[in-house]
Amino acid sequence: MLKELIARLRQGYRTIPYPQGEPVLPDRFRGRPELSPAADEAVCRAAAAACPMGAVTVEAGRPALDMGRCLFCADCPADGLVRFSREHRLAAWSREDLRVRIPQPAPAPPPADGRLRLFRRSLKLRQVSAGGCNACEADVNVLSTIVFDLGRFGIQMVASPRHADGLLVTGPVPENMRLALEKTYLAVPPPRIVIAVGACAVSGGPYRGHPEVHGGSGGIVPVDLFIPGCPPHPLTILDGLLRLVARESRRDA
Amino acid sequence: MSESGLLRLRCGEVVDRAAVPRFSVETFRAEVLQAVAGGARVAALFGAPAPGGAVRLTAVLAHEEEGGLSVGTADAAERYPALTPDCPQAHWFEREIAEQWGLVPEGHPWLKPIRFHRSFRPGRDAWGRGGEDPILPSVTDFYRVEGEEIHEVAVGPVHAGVIEPGHFRFQCHGERVLHLEISLGFQHRGVEQGLPGGPLPGSIHLMETLAGDTSIGHATAYCQALEALSASPPPARAEAVRGIALELERLANHTGDLGALAGDVGYLPTAAYCGRLRGDFLNMTALLCGSRFGRGLVRPGGVAFDLEPARAAELSERLERTFTDTAGAVNLLWESSSVLARFEETGLVPRETAESLGLVGVAARASGLTRDVRFDFPGGIYRLAHIPVSTWQSGDVFARAYVRWLEIQRSVEFLRDQLAALPTGTLRGEVGRLAADRLVVSLVEGWRGEICHVALTDAEGRFERYKVVDPSFHNWMGLAMALRDQEISDFPLCNKSFNLSYCGHDL
Repeated sequence: MLKELIARLRQGYRTIPYPQGEPVLPDRFRGRPELSPAADEAVCRAAAAACPMGAVTVEAGRPALDMGRCLFCADCPADGLVRFSREHRLAAWSREDLRVRIPQPAPAPPPADGRLRLFRRSLKLRQVSAGGCNACEADVNVLSTIVFDLGRFGIQMVASPRHADGLLVTGPVPENMRLALEKTYLAVPPPRIVIAVGACAVSGGPYRGHPEVHGGSGGIVPVDLFIPGCPPHPLTILDGLLRLVARESRRDA
Repeated sequence: MSESGLLRLRCGEVVDRAAVPRFSVETFRAEVLQAVAGGARVAALFGAPAPGGAVRLTAVLAHEEEGGLSVGTADAAERYPALTPDCPQAHWFEREIAEQWGLVPEGHPWLKPIRFHRSFRPGRDAWGRGGEDPILPSVTDFYRVEGEEIHEVAVGPVHAGVIEPGHFRFQCHGERVLHLEISLGFQHRGVEQGLPGGPLPGSIHLMETLAGDTSIGHATAYCQALEALSASPPPARAEAVRGIALELERLANHTGDLGALAGDVGYLPTAAYCGRLRGDFLNMTALLCGSRFGRGLVRPGGVAFDLEPARAAELSERLERTFTDTAGAVNLLWESSSVLARFEETGLVPRETAESLGLVGVAARASGLTRDVRFDFPGGIYRLAHIPVSTWQSGDVFARAYVRWLEIQRSVEFLRDQLAALPTGTLRGEVGRLAADRLVVSLVEGWRGEICHVALTDAEGRFERYKVVDPSFHNWMGLAMALRDQEISDFPLCNKSFNLSYCGHDL
């Protein structure tokens, strides 16, 4: 017992103050992409042609970047058009709001049907990995460690969909997981919410277009909150979850 | 014993596909069996398109004692004599061949699908299913034990945790597990189907996400294959950075696994500390490239990010701090009799079983096998910096935990050496066109074990077939065997001690 106590003292206090204070992110962190208004149409079209994920598009001469498809990869071919900022708060209430545009339209508000009011003090989520590569899963799991301590916000991952208020879905949803995802969704007692975490769950990610997958969870279950990234940083996921319990992450960062 | 007709080659050596011997299916079988009897291990056994709509079987054998590989092929259209009855290592590979190519390995004792998808050859199906017949995951003949007091427990695909999907069927007598059958395929996303015709700009992203906790391992295996095929070796500095990232990946996952094992026996101090420490190791990878999983770091030709002196110093400083805390957290396990009582003699895989199943990685080394790509087939930085192989003899959960701890210590020593003396020079070279009609085998010791990629190029220098063998592909059967005669309540503990990849298997 003494050894455990000494180890406990040595390990120290590790819970981060998030959402208070400045989050610690690596200097090479790639957050919300920003589009350069100065980029001419040729640059935009070249970027659109080069992005293997099809994240960059040009409509009526104006560029758009779909964060739902973007892998935030380090070899972004959209040089001169895209710059990754340090903004980690990326979650959106509508799929459309993941599209970065010039100018950026006002984002959709949270659903107004009273569900969020219901979940504000206690939110239980069932995670379903539907073709997730274990990176999104790992960075959801990490939220339950002492560093993030998800429980302090009243949010908990539960073992049974019967005990859950909603689903947190990762992966592009292979055909082989479609039925399991549908059944798990139906096993959650309504009213319920669905959160899509990661490029795969939002759009299919690198597997978009593969006949073996459904291109994300949106076509199978009704998604309420979209959290992009490949995988999203744990703080990006936490920021998204906090919106469900009506806690705002720091806005003035 | 007669002389082997297989072609000998080294890991990363490019050979002309015309030089790879093509046998009759009978001779192919005899050649592979003879090599395995002589101590070789099946690293890969797969099908590829052959002229006239046939399938070209290719076997890649690993000769660990000699540090070399051998390959041989045979063409078959509808059926060939199965190797599995005389070579249990081939079991899962031959089920994969049957499913992917509609080619029947005759005499296979357990011929069932492993991923539940249609074959790559339209109209060919090893089970005679038509194009309209539905193929549903885990809808297959499960092995059943009959008897009045026997009961069956079915678990999954959706499990009670933040974990990937798979289906497990236990045949139990009371608490005792007589047999466990593992049925996967829920994560099948068509990785291998997306690679022929490449390399495409998106191919690297499939590599980084085919088993997302092994992004560095698979991306490195892929890049090594491309670099070999285009005769453009990466600069020394890039090889060092890749090695550093690979060992950081190992440290993060091994530390996380030790914490999870502690959690599964209800020993919460180590579980809590290692949960945090795993993240600290992931954050070191993020220090290197911005991504906790190393996405974007390893690229054909080298690496995309440098480890400048200040960054290397910061990494060294964090490594020492985190390692000290990890030692404090992990050593509690070995000093706690309640933990040891649960770890020891649970989930036994005897050495002979590990050898006959062809297990790799931690699972193999915990059963006493000296098997490690970094030692047997060193490539990249491991040619210059040797890491001793960590083994333990007991083959139980304890051994699989303890080997992880040994490896953590050796990875830290490797990182100290590398960070102190990074080679100078460039980070990335150009990768040109791939040579046409070539074969190359690329091996990497990922944190779970041997990652084997085999690339076959066509006359245009594009991938005709790109085979991926994740270490989990070898090891799922090891988990099934570890559960024999165990209590079903020990399944989570045994499962965690292997911690295999579902998506790496399902591809």
